[in-house]
Amino acid sequence: MRRLIILAAALFAIHVGLLLVRPAGAEVGATSGAVNVGVVFDLGGRGDKSFNDGAYAGAERAVRELGAHVRFVEPGEGSDREAGLRVLAAEGMDLVIGVGFIFSDDLTQLAREYPNTRFAGVDYAVPTDSKGQPLALPPNLAALKFREEEGSFLVGALAALVSRSKTLGFVGGMDFPLIHKFEAGYRAGVRAVCADCTVIAQYAGVTPEAFRNPGKGLELALSQYQSGVDVIFQASGSTGLGVFEAARRRGKLAIGVDADQYGEAPGFILTSMVKGVDAAVFRTIEQVKGGTFRGGVFQLGLAEQGVDYVYDEHNRALIPDSVRARVEALRQDVIAGRITVPSTR
Amino acid sequence: MNVLRRLAPILAPLLALLIAAVVGDALILTFGQSPAAVYRLLVDGTLGNAYGIGQVIYKATTLACTGMAVALGLRAGLFNIGAEGQLAMGGFAAAVVGLLLPVGTPALLAVPVCLAGAALGGAAVGAVPGVLKARFGAHEVIVTIMLNFIVLAFLNWIVATRLHVPEQLHTPDIRAGAIGRLAGAFPAFHGSAANWTILVALAAAGFMAWHLFRTRQGYELRAVGLQPAAAESGGVHVGRVWLRTMTLAGAIAGLGGTNFVLGYKQYYEEGFAAGAGFIGIAVALVGRNHPVGVLLASLLFAVLSQGGLAVNAVVPKQMVDVLTAVVIIAVAVTVPEMQRLVRGAHGANR
Repeated sequence: MRRLIILAAALFAIHVGLLLVRPAGAEVGATSGAVNVGVVFDLGGRGDKSFNDGAYAGAERAVRELGAHVRFVEPGEGSDREAGLRVLAAEGMDLVIGVGFIFSDDLTQLAREYPNTRFAGVDYAVPTDSKGQPLALPPNLAALKFREEEGSFLVGALAALVSRSKTLGFVGGMDFPLIHKFEAGYRAGVRAVCADCTVIAQYAGVTPEAFRNPGKGLELALSQYQSGVDVIFQASGSTGLGVFEAARRRGKLAIGVDADQYGEAPGFILTSMVKGVDAAVFRTIEQVKGGTFRGGVFQLGLAEQGVDYVYDEHNRALIPDSVRARVEALRQDVIAGRITVPSTR
Repeated sequence: MNVLRRLAPILAPLLALLIAAVVGDALILTFGQSPAAVYRLLVDGTLGNAYGIGQVIYKATTLACTGMAVALGLRAGLFNIGAEGQLAMGGFAAAVVGLLLPVGTPALLAVPVCLAGAALGGAAVGAVPGVLKARFGAHEVIVTIMLNFIVLAFLNWIVATRLHVPEQLHTPDIRAGAIGRLAGAFPAFHGSAANWTILVALAAAGFMAWHLFRTRQGYELRAVGLQPAAAESGGVHVGRVWLRTMTLAGAIAGLGGTNFVLGYKQYYEEGFAAGAGFIGIAVALVGRNHPVGVLLASLLFAVLSQGGLAVNAVVPKQMVDVLTAVVIIAVAVTVPEMQRLVRGAHGANR
């Protein structure tokens, strides 16, 4: 008993001693003057090599090039999303960004409560009324949405043009409308260049777990390659790592998603359908700084460079020039409106 | 010496907190920040203003319920690791009842019905390990852990395939049964998620205290927890006590789910309180399985959770996660109940 009390007292003394330490360079508090931006990440948070990291990269670029002051918040559970946005808005940030569709409700509510703060939502899902008509957004809220189907369209055409077996594969994560957009665009792209090609599309599951299941991705991809598929487009989060592993084992090709995923399986990644979250976040910050920010729904497709596919020194060897020319022609058709890419199956 | 003896019950948790504080100091220093400044930021963001206090109340409400669900089990010698699933099922059941009720059902009727739904949902999940233990001797630790996966996967599937609104992973808004925010009566709480579900948690704590210390069933429960064999010889039906305890624990955890579903968002969302069930174990241990202790401990962990957001600008959020873990580990080695539990597990392995 007495020993415990002595131990407690000793710990207390150490604690108080440490409290007095003030390391050089320690800094607490926000700066004024520059454009102040708050970013709240999705629960997955930093390190997802996808849209959270994309938003981080865009914000960091704004720090370097625009001198923006950025604060990041990583929420822990459901109520932390609103709390994070609210703390940033209450601090007087010029712009508050929520990363991920899951922020939609919270952003709408806070944009109404803080009419003088600007808000932006990456992948924001526009709420609809009971008849399915989209509801009006608060004027200080920008919904940054991406036309994933247009980028998927181009990689679909690319896949069909390099395929020898005329059988293409698609591995989706969770079987729900957001991912159906990828599949629909991909199928349309294949059909645009190769009428007699077939597409085998499979999903890893019906719950969010389906985005975190590389084992399932490996299994699906191996069976697709087995049945004659020679290029697979994956839109399945970390499940896709299994797809890449299958491509490596079978010596076939796979297409990455969201970010350039060439490094996951060098030599076996034909290209990646990239989503310009970083550019969208950067541009929004730039608009706030320049005073040109406005609210509304922004659909970022090929024309806005919101989506694209990777073509660089790594994968140049895999894509013949004729194929590249054909795909670029399709890009111009989509941008000019001569081709409308479907977003539903 | 008399004062010292009175100090004894709080000495262990105090020691745990001090260990955590010192580890926290060291961590903050490694980030090149001043511990005093970070701790001040943490306190300012949680207890320093009405909004922060509201958020702490909100988080403590859920944690108090899961904490009691674990504490009740521990009192009967059962390690309930299933509060996570019980909580989720309770929240889901409340949302389903709220969706089924017609629009305009008076709150006086709708809220109790939704609460009953939540309690039943949680109780159903809690009863499974109770039955399996009483009937087949299946160890409740294994069953409750595994049941978490089953329940969460099942709920995810239902929501993702049947009940979600487009492009989202939550159910539509409930039609009736919403519980008001505290801000309605105290405008200072404006914006915080704190709501009147706190009264449900307090009532549950009152019920738990009464049940444990004032009823025959509670006496049996504690007797089974101290020494099942002796209780059995004393005429207690041990299996029945296990089943009753787990069902009750599940019901209390289930009620915790209404904090988000009825009080905050008015819908069930996938993963709405992820982790609250596991933190509940820490809450029970720090609170020494006493209802009052659990309430106080839930405030402590709620402050840590909300404080994590407040200090996020200067240190990574994971620092607070590490602090929480250190508190849990420190408690595990200092709290006598835990030591007894570990010994008990060894005894059962003979």
